[in-house]
Amino acid sequence: MPESMKGYSDLGEEDRRRIEMTGLQTESLEGRSGSFLQVDEHIHHAQTDSKGIEILALSDALEKYTWLEDYYWKAVPRDKDEITQYIAAREPKGYVLIARKGSQTTFPLQTCLFLAKDDIQYVHNIIIAEEGAELHLIAGCASSMKTKKGAHYGVTEIYVGKDAKVTSTMIHTWGESIEVYPRSVTVIEERGIFLSNYVCMVPAKKVQMYPTAELRGEGAVARFSSIILATPGSYLDTGSRAILSAKGATAELITRAITTGGTIISRGHILGSVKDTKGHIECRALILKDGTIHAIPEIEGRVVDCELSHEAAVGKIARDEIEYLMARGLSEDEATATIIRGFLDVKISGLPESLQTQIDAAIDAAEKGF
Amino acid sequence: MLIIEDLHVEVEGREVLHDINLTINEGETHVLMGPNGSGKTTLLRAIMGFGSSRITEGSLIYKDHDITHVPIHERARLGIGLLFQRPPTVSGLKLGKLLAVTSGGDSERIDEYARHMNMDTFLERDINKGFSGGEIKRSEVLQLMIQKPDLVMLDEPESGVDLENMSLVGNAIAALVEKDQHIINRKKSGLIITHTGYILDYIDADFGHVMCDGTFKCHGNPREILKMVQSKGYKECIACQRV
Ligand SMILES: Nc1ncnc2c1ncn2[C@@H]1O[C@H](COP(=O)(O)OP(=O)(O)O)[C@@H](O)[C@H]1O
Ligand SMILES: [Mg+2]
Repeated sequence: MPESMKGYSDLGEEDRRRIEMTGLQTESLEGRSGSFLQVDEHIHHAQTDSKGIEILALSDALEKYTWLEDYYWKAVPRDKDEITQYIAAREPKGYVLIARKGSQTTFPLQTCLFLAKDDIQYVHNIIIAEEGAELHLIAGCASSMKTKKGAHYGVTEIYVGKDAKVTSTMIHTWGESIEVYPRSVTVIEERGIFLSNYVCMVPAKKVQMYPTAELRGEGAVARFSSIILATPGSYLDTGSRAILSAKGATAELITRAITTGGTIISRGHILGSVKDTKGHIECRALILKDGTIHAIPEIEGRVVDCELSHEAAVGKIARDEIEYLMARGLSEDEATATIIRGFLDVKISGLPESLQTQIDAAIDAAEKGF
Repeated sequence: MLIIEDLHVEVEGREVLHDINLTINEGETHVLMGPNGSGKTTLLRAIMGFGSSRITEGSLIYKDHDITHVPIHERARLGIGLLFQRPPTVSGLKLGKLLAVTSGGDSERIDEYARHMNMDTFLERDINKGFSGGEIKRSEVLQLMIQKPDLVMLDEPESGVDLENMSLVGNAIAALVEKDQHIINRKKSGLIITHTGYILDYIDADFGHVMCDGTFKCHGNPREILKMVQSKGYKECIACQRV
């Protein structure tokens, strides 16, 4: 165990298992380019062994780099809502991740935010990919089995520089009594690429988030892919938004949603405010047991030469597909699980294998419940 | 191998098949002909166990098991296989993934058979998504090659298959029903729906049956039936009466 993981073993076995479910490796950095663990407001460790990549606590970063003022509360406004105001009024907690100009990581960088107390955990993260940098991030969020009621307030500001590429895969492993309010905005410069993957396959009392990408540079690209399962008692109000404000900017918002009794509000909004922009929203949902799926795709064009489209479908698993697989010898349950697995298989191109493995593991873990 | 007794089948609340009797012995290949909508597909689906082909009367005995009310997958595991006329698309499910499941992970056999059926470039594609008519049939035959059923049921295996691929599909089907074995050594049986009869160029079927309006009109030599249908059409069958 690395020096910086000290204190990790103080957590119970079940809590450690839940942290590991987010993909955090506690034994070594093998297959990772860095790692960060925050339990409640306490930063357990922040380390990286990659050249050109720096991860440090927000408070340290603000002292060390005065230029950070240009990024701190610049994408997300301080007074946006109660959540941002709460965070702005407190001592800065969270991390700053900087990928220097031209740096590339082969392995993803793993962060984990763990909620152990019965209270509000807050965090403010800033991710900066400078010109030409490439960064893969797994952001795992989990809570302790012991947490009976708790909330997570988060602000994330992501800056994707010119020709930079940021892939962020967020995996939520909250508890049935946790409320989660992430507030996230990504600013993308010329030809920058932002790929955001969100996976939520375990229960949460309430998730409310609407991450936004502002495509400010010519040829900027944003893609949000979300895979969401709502079990009974879960209320997941999620979505994503793309503001296309530069020529050649394109955005795609893709969602696969399943309810087994919970509620999913799947929002999507693309605003095309300049010429030569393109956007598409796709939401497909399955209702396996009575629950609610409310898809609200919005496309808003303001100029000629902006192409926006959306498709949304809510349905059930087709009987003839189940029977087709049964005729090949799969039991009804195996056939159903196989079809759901296929349904959730949104091809996230350009994803490193370890990230895909992580997403697959989250789906596999939930599959038993279908 | 299969004994069908006094079978009545309903589709969407309407009786489509009435009083079907048929015995298929080990090693025999039977051909089923008849006009569109006469109930051929419904019969194969009832034997496979599909919910939409509801058996209301009669029984299905397969290898001494009464399978009249047995779920589909158990019939499949007992050795019944079906080539679908129009299989559904399963989004996100790769053909190769399904084959891996049904073969128990025998990737060597999958690769070999897939190459043989000219389907090796389809293993990473969603099953049936955007497949042409002929590709669907080749994919279905490939799935049956992996599944190795004892009772091979084929619903119009030649439809949509172009001339170039016809012999590939025809010969693969002949192998499925062990036409390469001496008659006495054949263990596999076949029940094949054919519209055009092209499949008869690749397999010598043993028996032919004509279905009209949900029941068998006559039984006989498959070539003789085909010749009659080709020259006079099914209207001759419909009008035909036993004298
Ligand atoms: N899903 C369905 N709903 C209602 N009627 C059906 C359905 N499937 C088949 N049928 C009817 O059952 C009859 C037999 O159809 P089918 O078995 O497909 O005929 P064949 O294969 O001989 O062309 C036809 O009248 C057809 O319209
Ligand atoms: Mg038919």
